[in-house]
Amino acid sequence: MIPSRVNGEACDRLMTLFCWGCALTLTLVLAAILGFLFFKGWHVLGPKLIFGEVRPLDALLFKKRVFSGLFPAALGTFCLICLAVGTALPLGLACGIYMAEYASNRVKSFFSLMVDILAAIPSIVVGLFGFSITVFLHHYFGGRILPCLGISGIALAFLVLPYIVKTTRIALEQIPLEIRMTGLSLGASPLQNLRHVLIPASLSDIMAGIVLAIGRCAEDTAVIMLTGVVATAGVPKSLFSPFEALPFFIYYTASEYSDPAELEAAYGAALILLAICTGLFIISFQIKRRYNSFN
Amino acid sequence: MDSGDRAARRLFFSAGLTCALAGLLVLGFMVVLGLPLIRSGMLWDILTGPWSPDHGQFGILAMAVGSVYIAGLSLIIAFPVSLGASLFIEVVRPRGAGRLLEWLVRLMTAIPTVIYGFVGIFLLVPLVRSFSGQGSGLCILTAALMLAVLICPTMILFFSRSIARVPRTWLDAVDAMGGTPYQKVRHIIFPAAWPGIVSGTVLAFGRAVGDTLIALMLGGNAVTLPESVLDSARTLTAHIALVIAADFDSLEFKTIFISGILLYVMTGLGILAARAAEKNL
Repeated sequence: MIPSRVNGEACDRLMTLFCWGCALTLTLVLAAILGFLFFKGWHVLGPKLIFGEVRPLDALLFKKRVFSGLFPAALGTFCLICLAVGTALPLGLACGIYMAEYASNRVKSFFSLMVDILAAIPSIVVGLFGFSITVFLHHYFGGRILPCLGISGIALAFLVLPYIVKTTRIALEQIPLEIRMTGLSLGASPLQNLRHVLIPASLSDIMAGIVLAIGRCAEDTAVIMLTGVVATAGVPKSLFSPFEALPFFIYYTASEYSDPAELEAAYGAALILLAICTGLFIISFQIKRRYNSFN
Repeated sequence: MDSGDRAARRLFFSAGLTCALAGLLVLGFMVVLGLPLIRSGMLWDILTGPWSPDHGQFGILAMAVGSVYIAGLSLIIAFPVSLGASLFIEVVRPRGAGRLLEWLVRLMTAIPTVIYGFVGIFLLVPLVRSFSGQGSGLCILTAALMLAVLICPTMILFFSRSIARVPRTWLDAVDAMGGTPYQKVRHIIFPAAWPGIVSGTVLAFGRAVGDTLIALMLGGNAVTLPESVLDSARTLTAHIALVIAADFDSLEFKTIFISGILLYVMTGLGILAARAAEKNL
């Protein structure tokens, strides 16, 4: 038996070595990507990157237009987030609640399949859908509707809807039976139980999911590319105007930059976007860890 | 149940139905707008022909092949690394390092794809160009490498979740019999966790096929059938992004709806396949 034993030990060592190799490769690749960005971009970070030559307060109060800074793009991204999450949130919450609390098993498995399919649709296809909506509206409203902020917001809402549904559903389903039953046994109706017991009990998980959905809105480029984002639009004026956004600025500048300063701004924008997305991720993680009472 | 409860129930149901139908709505819109093309009898030419708008040819075969080629290659690169990393997290478990890696992988899911594309252009493209010694560096290999980084977290998290679900007692039994970690992985973990590994891989493939920015920025976007990994290629997703600027009434433009339907069907089938694999768990 000795040869096979030696063989077994070799396999063991090989496996450990392989796993360490994979882990190190992954860490190094990540470090290279982030390190490269920091190395190239950190020195442009500062108020000038965002506000250009305009005083920050003037820009924030819309007194002066910012031409050479990221302010319009950042504001565009912010508006997109508000619109998309604002649209998807009530619908997603209600759908998640229905699936967790009311649906029969068959309805539930059908709904969850459909939500999974929605979640898997590539974001460019969601963008194409948004574009199709524009085409229809354009047709019916006599050419007044063009790709714009409102359409992008709605299309993005489709993108984040499945996230919100899923987190709401899972958060509610995790609630232990005794907590679920206490309210009901005291005579509360199902709706009262939901409102006063179940939702407060799962609020932290739901919040964590919403924060992740915000990150998804901030980073997505493909959807807005087809539904109204442009390279220079200034601050978005209304729901029906074209707009700028941070991720699109990065994409656009990477292929169309005309001088090194512009490229440096793109590095800065990439760092800012990275900070926003990882920041949101960490917030979500902390909410989940700190306030979760069940696991 | 009082009337308020009933109304609330009805409200929640209609919201649920809306969400469930949203996916079909997306498909419906694309089918309606692609319908003129489907009716015209050119569908077969479009699915199998070459792309040459000047000669009236609007085939998207090269893009479909490009999508599968790039996504397939990224899967081949990412699969072993992901498997190794998930075993590192769940089985090798060096103190501290395992948790650190898990945390890093989760953090990677938050990195925007446009940033991968951006870093790819300025870091990876020059590297590939100098190693291959030909072309611009914008090629299938470059896109697949970056895409591999993008899909790694999806796979690792899925794999390690299914590995963690293997009953603790089985693993303890192997330990009690004096089995080595390798034996544990080969005889217990793989046989028990393979459905999760399959479905994670399928989902990662769907994610790779569906990603736009990396292929668009790094793939080179050539419209011919790719022959080697150093050839430039265009994916269906990049095709949509590039042709959207064309004239709306042109045939050229209508092909993007066919591309969209194709992508939808591919990822939808992926979901069904992943679910079928999960059922075996």
